[in-house]
Amino acid sequence: MPSTTINSMFNVFNDKKLKLALVGCGGRGTGAANQALKADDNIELVAMADAFKDRLDSSYTALKEEFDDTTKINVKGEHQFIGFDAYKKAIDLADVVILTTPPGFRPHHFEYAIQAGKHVFMEKPVATDVPGIRKVLKMAKIAKENKQNVVVGLQRRYQKNYIEIASQIRDDKVGDIVSGQVYWNSAGVWVHPRKPEQTEMEYQMRNWYYFNWLCGDHILEQHIHNIDVANWFIGEYPIAAQGMGGREVRKGPEHGEIFDHHFVEFTYPSGAVISSQCRHQPGTMSKVAEAFQGTKGKVETNDAGVARITDIKGSDIFTYRGENDPNPYQVEHDRLFAAIRNGEVISDAENGAKSTMTAIIGRMATYSGQVITWEAAMNSNHILMPEEINWDSVPPTQPMKNGEYPIPTPGKTKYL
Amino acid sequence: MIFRYEEILFFYFLFLLSIILYGQSKLQDYTLDFPGTSLKLEMIAIPAGTFVMGGNTQSPEEEKPPHKVQLDEFWMAKYETTWDLYNLYLERSIEDQEFQKSDIIKVDIDAVSGATIPYVDMSLGMGKGKDLPVGNVTYLAASQFCKWLSAKTGDFYRLPTEAEWEYAARAGSNSSYFFGEDPMALANFAWYAANSDASYHKVGEKQPNSWGLYDVYGNVAEWTLDAYDPKYYKSADKISKNPFNVPTSVYPNSVRGGSYKDDAFKLRSSARFFSSKEWKRRDPQFPKSKWWNTDAPFVGFRIVRDPNPPSAQELKKYWGE
Repeated sequence: MPSTTINSMFNVFNDKKLKLALVGCGGRGTGAANQALKADDNIELVAMADAFKDRLDSSYTALKEEFDDTTKINVKGEHQFIGFDAYKKAIDLADVVILTTPPGFRPHHFEYAIQAGKHVFMEKPVATDVPGIRKVLKMAKIAKENKQNVVVGLQRRYQKNYIEIASQIRDDKVGDIVSGQVYWNSAGVWVHPRKPEQTEMEYQMRNWYYFNWLCGDHILEQHIHNIDVANWFIGEYPIAAQGMGGREVRKGPEHGEIFDHHFVEFTYPSGAVISSQCRHQPGTMSKVAEAFQGTKGKVETNDAGVARITDIKGSDIFTYRGENDPNPYQVEHDRLFAAIRNGEVISDAENGAKSTMTAIIGRMATYSGQVITWEAAMNSNHILMPEEINWDSVPPTQPMKNGEYPIPTPGKTKYL
Repeated sequence: MIFRYEEILFFYFLFLLSIILYGQSKLQDYTLDFPGTSLKLEMIAIPAGTFVMGGNTQSPEEEKPPHKVQLDEFWMAKYETTWDLYNLYLERSIEDQEFQKSDIIKVDIDAVSGATIPYVDMSLGMGKGKDLPVGNVTYLAASQFCKWLSAKTGDFYRLPTEAEWEYAARAGSNSSYFFGEDPMALANFAWYAANSDASYHKVGEKQPNSWGLYDVYGNVAEWTLDAYDPKYYKSADKISKNPFNVPTSVYPNSVRGGSYKDDAFKLRSSARFFSSKEWKRRDPQFPKSKWWNTDAPFVGFRIVRDPNPPSAQELKKYWGE
């Protein structure tokens, strides 16, 4: 469960019409706006921001159509902001903001939103580098102190089968977790090939999944979900990571600089060891799930709603099938707006930052081939996302003469 | 209208007579190889004929009245479409391979819409390994797979109409199931609620019907071409010829055969189901994907090949366009 504290002081949001801004108008951002607008009756979308006009336009059209018979879409032409600094103008106009750009921008956007006193829904991961994590942690503290709500899109924490198992674990049904395996093995995601008219910056912004300053690699962008479940169920964050990875199948220039597989061992303060595997390779076994072994029993969970606890010998202790459970993506927003209305505070940002950090030390471990400790990594000044960026900036990652991008090399790439 | 026993016998007689009059099916079973892979598509010849479509007196209202339907011959896939086959289309992994091509129809491969690579595991943990049936695909996705295969082969592949599906499932029977009336026998023929452990299974592990079609009942439910209209049978002609209720909206479309989640009653040859937007409930994107359901891993499809394609203009209706 996300941590909440009751604000018993008077609450200005009791029945006020809430103004919403969407920053990052892709499919997920538009989906999040759709859910936010359905989570509360007295709400309107007043501003939108995206780096690209076509993305903003298609998002606006889809939302306008969906809420055609309501007054919830109220985004004037001059409140549809385009470009790298568009987020500031959109955030300024709102009470609640949705931050759903590629993750590299998140620390800057989150910092601006919290300093402006807004409530936030932001997608995971919440940064791509350690300086970004430090920024989000600093802002998480301020948000909590100022009683600003922050929901992070780690939706398994809002999904009933996972919540059920977490509570069984707290009730000591599994004992102490000593080991686990977490998986996001799939065929991979979309590619947006380069178009001749694009500058290098435009191309990377369109094909952002394959560039680390924007995406952070799929160990962050997707596998964070499963890593976060490990952190949640164990109740700690790892002290160290070591692992291996590379590009075996997906290695064209259109695949930028990210690996197509990572395998990491995370060691926790309690001594628990979690094996984490994520793979983007078509035609291989696909599995998105988690398993844990405790001193009393074993746990299996997956996204489809399955959750099972067995004793050490494999006999059923607890089975949960959540086929008709509420949509966790909607629950995130229902909870956020209920908290704003009731004067409660949801503070997901610290965990969002620490689970993102877990994935980052995993990535540092597979890229370098070295043991990466949490403590040393937290002091890293290795920057992927520059403080200032615009259309004229040189992207932090540059292609080589042959059109390919430099790839991290275990044994040579160094972070610490 | 309710049929008396004698009338049903009479229709059955008509059916046998029609087989004798038209002679044996001219079509032959065949196997399509997918060059560059070890995958095959086995197609069964289904004879032309007339049958009684719909349920009996105990059936739900949407299965009534039972009515006569006359169908031309076609081929139907022996198995439900597998992830391996579907992925050839999804991943466009054999685009450089040449098939032995006929010239029944001409479709430009570039005119086939590509399904998007999904962000999450669409098998929802049930796996996509060898011989496992594809699930969570939309009507459009299943239809565009057929169009892609048509473009590659020059033959006309599509989803079966609801009538073709029921005719092929019945395989000449007029009982609730193709093997008779006893649901206890289902375990020999189908993966369903009682034996599936809440998951689909490899295609072809159970016994086929008498026309050689596997997993007709259960495993994954199967898309048909038709829009779902619970009153469609009420307006049927005395003998409906090759009926096809062309969809005019995305929902609801007709789905047949029941799935690994369903109980025996929903597996009957005449049982009818329909798609709904609930099947995309958990799609986090907006607009929601045209290609993937997120909450219907129990719905897949089985393809047919039609030896008599319609005009180029009419073709669109058969590919969800």
